[in-house]
Amino acid sequence: MIQCEHIFKSYFAGDVETKVLKDVTFSIADGEFVAIMGPSGSGKSTMMHILGALDTPTQGKYFLDGHDVGKLSDDELAGIRRKKIGFVFQAFNLLTRATVVRNVALPLVYAEITKNQREQLAEKALRETGLDESRYYHLSNQLSGGQMQRVAIARALVNDPALLLADEPTGNLDTQTGEIVLSTFQSLNAQGRTIVLITHEHDVALHAKRIIHIRDGKIISDEINQRQRMANPRPE
Amino acid sequence: MKTSDLFQESYSALTVNKARTALTMLGIIIGIGSVIAMVAIGQGAKDAIQANIASIGSNLISVSPGAQRGVGTFVSSGLGSSQTLTQEDVDALRSGLTQISALDGELSRRYQVTAKGTNTNTQVIGTDSNYPAVHNLNMDSGSFITDQQVANMSKVAVIGPTVWEDLFGTSTPAVGQTIRISGQQFKVVGVTQSKGGSGFANQDDMIFIPISVAQHYLAGPNADGKLYVSAISVSAQNPGAMDAVQQQVTNILLQRHNIGNPASADFTVQNQADIVSAASSVTNTFTMLLASIAGISLLVGGIGIMNMMLTTVTERTREIGLRKSIGATRHDISLQFLTEAVLLTFLGGGIGILFGWLLSLLMTHFTGTQTAISAYSVMLAFGVSAGIGLLFGYYPARRASRLNPIEALRFE
Ligand SMILES: Nc1ncnc2c1ncn2[C@@H]1O[C@H](COP(=O)(O)OP(=O)(O)OP(=O)(O)O)[C@@H](O)[C@H]1O
Ligand SMILES: [Mg+2]
Repeated sequence: MIQCEHIFKSYFAGDVETKVLKDVTFSIADGEFVAIMGPSGSGKSTMMHILGALDTPTQGKYFLDGHDVGKLSDDELAGIRRKKIGFVFQAFNLLTRATVVRNVALPLVYAEITKNQREQLAEKALRETGLDESRYYHLSNQLSGGQMQRVAIARALVNDPALLLADEPTGNLDTQTGEIVLSTFQSLNAQGRTIVLITHEHDVALHAKRIIHIRDGKIISDEINQRQRMANPRPE
Repeated sequence: MKTSDLFQESYSALTVNKARTALTMLGIIIGIGSVIAMVAIGQGAKDAIQANIASIGSNLISVSPGAQRGVGTFVSSGLGSSQTLTQEDVDALRSGLTQISALDGELSRRYQVTAKGTNTNTQVIGTDSNYPAVHNLNMDSGSFITDQQVANMSKVAVIGPTVWEDLFGTSTPAVGQTIRISGQQFKVVGVTQSKGGSGFANQDDMIFIPISVAQHYLAGPNADGKLYVSAISVSAQNPGAMDAVQQQVTNILLQRHNIGNPASADFTVQNQADIVSAASSVTNTFTMLLASIAGISLLVGGIGIMNMMLTTVTERTREIGLRKSIGATRHDISLQFLTEAVLLTFLGGGIGILFGWLLSLLMTHFTGTQTAISAYSVMLAFGVSAGIGLLFGYYPARRASRLNPIEALRFE
C-alpha cells in the first residue's frame, strides 16, 4: 500500500538548500508493523510527514494505495488523511485550551459524525491509551507531557485508520504506560491495520515486525524482526 | 463539516480566546458607536437650528426701519431703531402685495410687566390678528388678538409660556388674569404654545397686545405725528415667490417714501433664506468637525481590529495546520474562519449600534442637545468595521488554508 520511489526532500532557507532525504526507496505492504530508527536529525519525522500525506517530496514519487500522492489535489489529500490515516505528531500538536475529549474527537468533526457518537468514540480511544478518566474533561494544556502524548495517540486512533503513523509515541511515557500503548498497537496490527512507528529505543522497535534504519537521509538497513516473526507468525 | 458543528467550532474558538474576542469587539463597538453618536449630535444640532429658523415663520420676509444691517439682526429690531415705517406703510403693503399668504405689522419694545406681586421684564409686541399665521404660532389656551380688539383698542394681552410661568406659575390658569404693562392694566385672553426656541429665536418669552394699543398708549406717534411700527413681517405664498415679493415690497416702500435710489432706502428688507444659508454653513462646519473626530475613532477602532486579528495569525495558522492534518478541507477552514469573523463583527456591530444609540440618548437626556441618528452613519460605520473585521479575520485564514499542513504547523 505504501510505495516510495527515489524520494528526495530538501528544505530551502533563501538560497541555502538543506538536503534531508536522499534517494529513499522502499515499500510497506498492508498489515505490516514497521519501526523506523535512526539518530536525531536523520530525517525520520520528515519521512513520516510524507508518508502521512502532510508534506510532499521535492523529488521522487510516493504511491499510497496506488494513487500518486504528488498528483492529488489539496482536498483529495485531506480526504485521505480523514479516512485512512491516523497521525501521532512528535510535538503532539493538540488544540490548546480545548478539552481532552474535544481534541480527540476533532477528526470526527470533519468526518461528519454526530456529537454524541463523537464523544463515545473519543472516550473509547482514550481508554485504549490508558489515560486516567478524571482527565477527560481537562484542558489539554493542563496535562503532563505523557498525558498529552496519550491524547495525541487517542486522536490518531479515533477514526479507526487503516494506516497508523506514530512519531516517537512512547518518548514521554514510562516503561509500563509505553507497554500499554505498544500492546494496543500490536492488537490493532493483529486486526489488520498497518502501523509505522518511529523510535530511538531498541526495546520499542522490537515490538515491530520489521525495522528500518535511517542515517543521514538514507536507508542503511531494512530487516525482519526475527523475534516478532517467531512469536506472531503471519503469512505474507 | 456539518453546519451545526461549524457554528460549534466557531463559537468555541471565539469563547476560547475571550480576551481577543472582547478586544476586537471593543474596537468595533467604539468605532461604530462613536461615529453614530457624533453624527447624531451634529445632525441633531443642524435639525434643531433649522427647526428654530423655521419656527420664526415660513417663507418669511422681514421689513425693518433703518438702513441695511448684517444678516441675522432682523428679529431684534425695535430697540432704539428708527421710526420710518408707519402703519400706513403696513396697510399699503397689505393691499398692494399679490403673492403673499399673510402680513402683519409689529411694534415691540421691552417693558416691565407685573402681576399680583410678581414681575418680569419682557418683550411686548403690538400686532394684529395675522401674527400667528405669519410666525407659525399656535394657541395653548384662549385665543389670539382679533381684528375687533385692534379696532376697539381693547387692553387685552396674549402671553407666551415663559411669561405665564414667570408671572403666575403654570399651575394657575392665565386666561382671565390681569397684568400691568408699563403701569396699564391688561386682561390676559390667551397663552401661546411653546415653540421651544432659544436664544435669538425665543418666542416663548413674549407678550402680544393689539397694535393700536401699543401705538396709542405705549409708544405714541413719531416725529411726523404718524403711528409707526418697528417691523413688518410678510409670509410669501411659496418659496418660489419670495424674490418677487421682496422686490414688490421694496418698490412699494421706495415709492411711498419718495426715495429714488434703492441704496439710500430708509428701511431694510430681509429674506429668511439669507438666515437659513448663514446658519446652515455654520452647522455644516460643525457636523464636518464631529464627523472627522468620529472618522478618527473609526480608524483607530479599525486598526485595533486589524491588530487583534493579525497578532493571532501565528497561533491560528498552527491551528489551521492541525485541522488540515486531521482531514479538514480548505473549504472547511475558510468557512469556519469566515463564520468566526462574521459572528465577531456582526455581534460587535450590533452592540456598537446600540452603544451609539444609547450615547445619543444620554447626550439628549443630560445636556438637552437634540440628536438625530442617521441611517447613513449607521451603514457607513457598520460597513467599515465589518469590512475590516471580515478582511483581516478571513483573509489570513484563507491564505493559511492553502499552506500544506506541515508548513502551517511550523509557521512563525
Ligand atoms: N522546515 C524545515 N526547514 C529547514 N530544515 C528542516 C525543516 N524541518 C526539518 N529540517 C531539518 O531536517 C533534518 C531532519 O529533521 P527531522 O525532523 O526529520 O529529524 P528526525 O530524524 O525526526 O530527528 P529527531 O529524532 O530529533 O526527531 C534536520 O536536520 C532538520 O534541521
Ligand atoms: Mg523527529
